[in-house]
Amino acid sequence: MTAVLPISAEPAALPQEEVTPGRWRRLPAKAKAGAVLLGLFVLAAIIGPMVTPYDPSFQNPAPDLSLHAPYAAHLLGTTQSGQDVLSQLLVGIRLTLELALLVGMVATALSVIVGVTSAFLGGVWDEVLSLLTNVFLVIPALPLLIVLLGYLQTRGQTATILVLSLLGWPWGARVVRAQTLAIRNRDFVSAARESGEKTWRIIAYEIVPNEVSLIAASFVNTVLYAIGASVALAFIGVTNLNDWSLGTILYWAQSQQALELGAWWWFVPPGLAVALIGAGLVLLNTGIDELGNPRLRDAASASRIAGRWLRPADPTPVLAEISQRRGRLAGFLHSFSRASLLDDSEGGQAR
Amino acid sequence: MSFILRRLVFYLVAAWVALTVNFFIPRAMPGNAVQSIMSKFPNLQPATYRALEAMLGVGHPGSIWHQYGSYLVDVFHFDFGTDVSQYPASVSTLLGETIPWTLTLVGSATVIAFLLGTALGIVAGWRHGGSLDRVLPGLMFLQAIPYFFFALILLELFASKFHVFPLGQGYAQGLIPGWHWDFISSAIYHSLLPALTIVLTSVAGWMLQMRNVMITTIGEDYVIAAQAKGLPNHRVVYTYAARNALLPQLQGFGLALGFVVSGALVMEIVFSYPGIGLLLLNAVTSNDYPLMQAIFLVITFAVLLANLVVDMIIVFADPRARAREATS
Repeated sequence: MTAVLPISAEPAALPQEEVTPGRWRRLPAKAKAGAVLLGLFVLAAIIGPMVTPYDPSFQNPAPDLSLHAPYAAHLLGTTQSGQDVLSQLLVGIRLTLELALLVGMVATALSVIVGVTSAFLGGVWDEVLSLLTNVFLVIPALPLLIVLLGYLQTRGQTATILVLSLLGWPWGARVVRAQTLAIRNRDFVSAARESGEKTWRIIAYEIVPNEVSLIAASFVNTVLYAIGASVALAFIGVTNLNDWSLGTILYWAQSQQALELGAWWWFVPPGLAVALIGAGLVLLNTGIDELGNPRLRDAASASRIAGRWLRPADPTPVLAEISQRRGRLAGFLHSFSRASLLDDSEGGQAR
Repeated sequence: MSFILRRLVFYLVAAWVALTVNFFIPRAMPGNAVQSIMSKFPNLQPATYRALEAMLGVGHPGSIWHQYGSYLVDVFHFDFGTDVSQYPASVSTLLGETIPWTLTLVGSATVIAFLLGTALGIVAGWRHGGSLDRVLPGLMFLQAIPYFFFALILLELFASKFHVFPLGQGYAQGLIPGWHWDFISSAIYHSLLPALTIVLTSVAGWMLQMRNVMITTIGEDYVIAAQAKGLPNHRVVYTYAARNALLPQLQGFGLALGFVVSGALVMEIVFSYPGIGLLLLNAVTSNDYPLMQAIFLVITFAVLLANLVVDMIIVFADPRARAREATS
């Protein structure tokens, strides 16, 4: 997948609208296109494995069925050992999507927990958690994933999901923290606090519901990350190679020289599937942004394009970071972050 | 303490976290890695067995803190142990052979993509709604394509079909690497397609980000004021708007670097490019744990170092940061 994780993080943009079926027509076109594209793949993932024409692992011994170009009996041709590419693709989409969705859920839950905790604890704990988040943001994930999974004797689906989730939370945590800081001191939160609500209730009923669009965007991005990472890992061979996922199809195509043998039907369909799922997620994400932020929607219709596409690194979360009063230790810790450069205080020192 | 020094401390902390994680992974994972290595490579010497045990922490010679200490000392001396799949080559030698390839290719291609994307983003942001915006959906699709798949497509088109570029490898067979023109020209020729892959897949991200920040910046009062007092457009765009939009762009560059490098490593495999990516593939296929871990550390350190450079550029490019740097 691409190197870039787009996450919209406008603390000012709170989701005031809910998507109800009647709203479908008013959804931004990009979101519709993304949803339709993804819907097709989800459909393929659900019914695909039931309608596969062949067993994806079945190796047809007939010599003329080795690397046969697409024709009526094998719509996407065959592999070197006579396996049906279409069957592999249908089963592979299921496994890849299943993994990506689960990683998305676990990692997003982790990032919400870390982000909200960080913003709510404040002070030194906030700075320590932010430091940890920044450290894991800057350490490249893929080589670490390879080392972690490389040591596992059995690289099943569950292990991969756990390891991918373990490294997939920092981006989300960063934006959730920024957003929580922004709304923590809003009047309705203060009102809830004054009326004696418990902290967990404030978090669950006041804070998190106001971050739904942000969390949704973060979820979509984590799914994107999971698909990219899992396909890349499988392509390198750090996965259970007996399972059929989009990545393992590409792995076998690469290791058995599909390219050199001119068997484009072997590697183009799975790669294209990954690209289309990715494009669908990006489109959906842009749509979520526009839905939650009328400013973006207007900008989009004015310039007839996808609207603004922000990433966690964008100025808004960092620049708009509420300048907080920090204790000595917290201020000291904060001064090591890149964000401290933009503080209005002297060198980010404790005030 | 100046900003750069503080950032240096931060990167040292990050490097220490990476080192520590790297140290504890083999000790926390189930199964005996040494046994699986030894059974795969019967020609390994008993001395290697003990060295592997010490490095991977199997059998636990000495206390764990003692092991940790000697591990840190070893890494500090760039001693990553002996390689098992290409015994008796040391891991450092293997890394030394491959790092220059990756550094030249990925480094220059990434910088080119960043500069090109930023330049395009400035134009697209300034004239948003114009013709450059019309290619945006296409660029977004390019971004969603995994690097290595894009590499496969380019290879299929330009190497297999039209024979414009070679089918992978770092240089033509039969050439002896060295500082002579035959080799250098061959190496450049072989790196064009991989570089093109990196540039085409990552330029869209930089362009989109710069465009978005530009659109926000252009709405600022000081830009309108600059236009109102009749400054020429190029001056407003480059010295007023783009200069300020560059800061978040650079920050984004630092953060995305890890992803770009990871993607580029997998791409190297497609091109059989003699860099770290291919070495990593070999390490994975042969269960070569010492090599895998060393590669993880090297890539992490490289990304941290690049981030430090980005921080320096930020301080250099942003007068506000420079002023603070001087006073603090």
